[in-house]
Amino acid sequence: MADLTRYTAAETAAAVASGDVSAVEVAQAHLDRIAAVDEKVHAFLHVDTEGALAAARAVDDRRARGEELGPLAGVPLALKDVFTTKGVPTTCGSKILEGWVPPYDATLTRRLKEAGVVILGKTNMDEFAMGSSTENSAYGPTGNPWDLSRIPGGSGGGSSAALAAFEAPLAIGTDTGGSIRQPGAVTGTVGVKPTYGAVSRYGLVAFSSSLDQGGPCARTVLDAALLHEAIAGHDPLDSTSIDAPVPPVVEAARMRDVRGMRVGVVKEFGGEGYQPGVMQRFHEAVELLRGLGAEVVEVSCPSFTLALPAYYLIAPSEASSNLARFDAMRYGLRVGDDGTRSAEDVTALTREAGFGPEVKRRIMLGTYALSSGYYDAYYGSAQKVRTLISRDFDAAFAGVDVLISPTTPTTAFPIGERADDPMAMYLADLCTIPSNLAGNAAMSVPCGLAPEDNLPVGLQIIAPAMADDRLYRVGGAVEAAFTEKWGHPLLEEAPAL
Amino acid sequence: MSVVNLVSFEDALASYDPVMGLEVHVELGTATKMFCGCSTALGAEPNSQVCPTCLGMPGALPVVNAAAVESAVRIGLALNCEIAEWCRFARKNYFYPDMPKNFQTSQYDEPIAFDGHLDVEVDGEVFRVDIERAHMEEDTGKSSHIGGATGRIHGAEYSLLDYNRAGIPLIEIVTKPITGAGAKAPEVAKAYVAELRELIRALGVSEARMEMGQMRCDVNLSLRPIGQEKFGTRSETKNVNSLRSVERAARFEIQRHAAVLSEGGTIVQETRHFHEDEGTTTSGRVKEEAEDYRYFPEPDLVPVAPARDWVEELRASLPELPRLRRRRLQQEWGLSDKDMQSVLNAGAIEPILETVAAGAPADQARKWWMGELARRANESGTDLTAQPITPAQVARICALVAEGSLNDKLARQVIEGVLNGEGGPDEVVAARGLAVVSDDSALGTAVDEAIAANPGVADKVRSGKVAAAGALVGAVMKATRGQADAARVKELVLERLGVEG
Repeated sequence: MADLTRYTAAETAAAVASGDVSAVEVAQAHLDRIAAVDEKVHAFLHVDTEGALAAARAVDDRRARGEELGPLAGVPLALKDVFTTKGVPTTCGSKILEGWVPPYDATLTRRLKEAGVVILGKTNMDEFAMGSSTENSAYGPTGNPWDLSRIPGGSGGGSSAALAAFEAPLAIGTDTGGSIRQPGAVTGTVGVKPTYGAVSRYGLVAFSSSLDQGGPCARTVLDAALLHEAIAGHDPLDSTSIDAPVPPVVEAARMRDVRGMRVGVVKEFGGEGYQPGVMQRFHEAVELLRGLGAEVVEVSCPSFTLALPAYYLIAPSEASSNLARFDAMRYGLRVGDDGTRSAEDVTALTREAGFGPEVKRRIMLGTYALSSGYYDAYYGSAQKVRTLISRDFDAAFAGVDVLISPTTPTTAFPIGERADDPMAMYLADLCTIPSNLAGNAAMSVPCGLAPEDNLPVGLQIIAPAMADDRLYRVGGAVEAAFTEKWGHPLLEEAPAL
Repeated sequence: MSVVNLVSFEDALASYDPVMGLEVHVELGTATKMFCGCSTALGAEPNSQVCPTCLGMPGALPVVNAAAVESAVRIGLALNCEIAEWCRFARKNYFYPDMPKNFQTSQYDEPIAFDGHLDVEVDGEVFRVDIERAHMEEDTGKSSHIGGATGRIHGAEYSLLDYNRAGIPLIEIVTKPITGAGAKAPEVAKAYVAELRELIRALGVSEARMEMGQMRCDVNLSLRPIGQEKFGTRSETKNVNSLRSVERAARFEIQRHAAVLSEGGTIVQETRHFHEDEGTTTSGRVKEEAEDYRYFPEPDLVPVAPARDWVEELRASLPELPRLRRRRLQQEWGLSDKDMQSVLNAGAIEPILETVAAGAPADQARKWWMGELARRANESGTDLTAQPITPAQVARICALVAEGSLNDKLARQVIEGVLNGEGGPDEVVAARGLAVVSDDSALGTAVDEAIAANPGVADKVRSGKVAAAGALVGAVMKATRGQADAARVKELVLERLGVEG
């Protein structure tokens, strides 16, 4: 039998639906793969063997009863540990939630279950999704399957690594400043941040409410589209959820035709600080698109240079409030409750012990930025920058269908290299942050290996809000053309684990 | 606790002008909470009406209760406020264990209603209280501190948290500074809260029972020397939970401030607790610097934008304002100011109206509610309407009296029976055999016996002293234990004695 872990999600679903394989066999193959390699990769914080096999059995039973299966029934998935899962631990990579078993499923979790997707377990992440390397996890770093001494990106490094290590064909990430796209770029996988509000945030443990967006991670653009369709759609439990039909992403992923599309290259992303090999692969992608019949122009978005500082005011401000609920009173860690201390002291001791340094740094930043007398200068100004960035996007999209840039300025850096330099770490999200601030849609798709280090480079595609299908149309065409050029998918060049 | 030698109220007012600000929180009577579907019913087992959202579980999100928004708009309209075309919720950030998210979802600089007023009457004089704003927010949970002597957190062994109340919709109504009330300031405060309570009830948005915490008042008060424009430093007396206490708290704070100021002291801006038993306040938390709540717009909720035509629909369907309604009823019922005041004080307007609605004439309805029923309520120390008799039953009693089946004395016995749980008026009449006797043959015997027993009186009547017949009628009434129709008895007496009535 062929190696089931090498199947795409679309192939797996077809094989299960036709009865060529059972969902249980598929799940078991992936559980075996996890058992074999995850000690090295550390993509998972929790593997739900029983739950996965039970879900797979349910799919097989439905098939046996002749019921129609959905397009992802029986396909295994790695879920970022920031979505609640009823009865399965959810930690957000933090000690403060160690041992917490949610009493409810996130809307996204529920939709995955309803689609017959087999959730293998919960993946590692930077604590509360704050970081770009997964080194900020309280449970230790995740290795990049291309080079285990390097970071798999972050915050969703566990999800991207699980894909690149063939531990799962699908994964879920969340993208607040690039946490789906940047891990996708540095692991040679596909990651999509849908339009803000496209995927319900109910049950997504909040980092920055106005920026957080769950989205699909996969090894192919079509798989990402199938997953996108399964998780997107209006949710009355999330007031910011979009009440409109999901754009036709699957259809777009299958088009593989960009003739006549207008593509804008963002002028501001490139130059100093960008790794030459990254820019080289990016320029090749631009030429490839031109060769496919797209019309490529250069576009300037001057406010984008302000995006990073604005982001580091807005996101920590919201985080400082969102993370206030971890007070040892109702769930999670409780430190110092020896009968002599006040509730206030127990809360303080718990937060001191339960949060890692990056989380504390951001809580302090945000608390400061929101404090009376500073609000206008910091949070208020950042919101104005946000408006300027949206206007830049609006102006750009008046002339082009999509914008493109490198996803991240460099390839995967070594674990530890930027751990003590927050500013250097923050720069990893330079190109991805503007889309979070504007709330539009963006994707990272592999565009080759940087010649100097043989590590994956990602091409970022950005589309206007509600036009997520354009990402899939361009991404699908780029993927098909590169695969043809290389003779195989990029991930086949990854070293064996 | 510092003991202050209070200045008399009169002396305080001779030198100082009080300025008040009243903040009233009203728990809305919606079926579900402000941001989730949990029940708001009172009295449930602790922590039985909770869900991930109102417990602040990681990942849970709020959704605005449309019924609460409607209530807020109606309150705003009834307070003559502008209704925001677009407003947002904001997070008020502070840590407290009974607040699940450690921020309260409230409104900050964009309240749903603003710039209104409420007219109140004190001693027949109308006083306009300007309303700064009315905004929506959620209630906190409830802490119980166990093991200490006072029930406060200080000295307690441990605390219990009940989150059933967490997330119940609140409307906070804030007045502009109330100036110019002078010595009437405490009464204006009381009248304002009373009027607001009436209004809230008339709107049907809350029962506004202060003793249940459904309506809570903070009294902010400062004094300034008479003639000075600038306001003095204020104290904030929290959770004053009855109308009487509102008046007393204001009065006490006027006297306390005056005492401090007249000795050359300064008022500390602080929270104060009101003590119901002594009518005094004591210092709570000193606000050394203004607490920084780090307000910012709530990113988990979309703005609330009440459509203008909907607002106008709500405006058109507002009930009559309580003050105007009272005035109308007073005229319709033909009552003096004093009588109307007694009706109000007894809380009898609604039962009287309901009794009228059930078919009784207004004067009869008022007579029973303000008479026998008010007397019994007083005696037993219960609320007038808490007695086990319905307006429909009172109306039935009125009808029985009107048709002559009962007289007033019998009617009082029927009321007693109903209150004793012996059934409705007709059942009590039947069971106790209370019907008025107007059957001539039965009465005739009694009349003949009365005449026979009182020959002297009978002769006087025969000789034309008709007034003397009263003694015979009385004798018959006594013999029939009050059940006779007195008018008919008199007719029969005169007829038997051959006298024209």
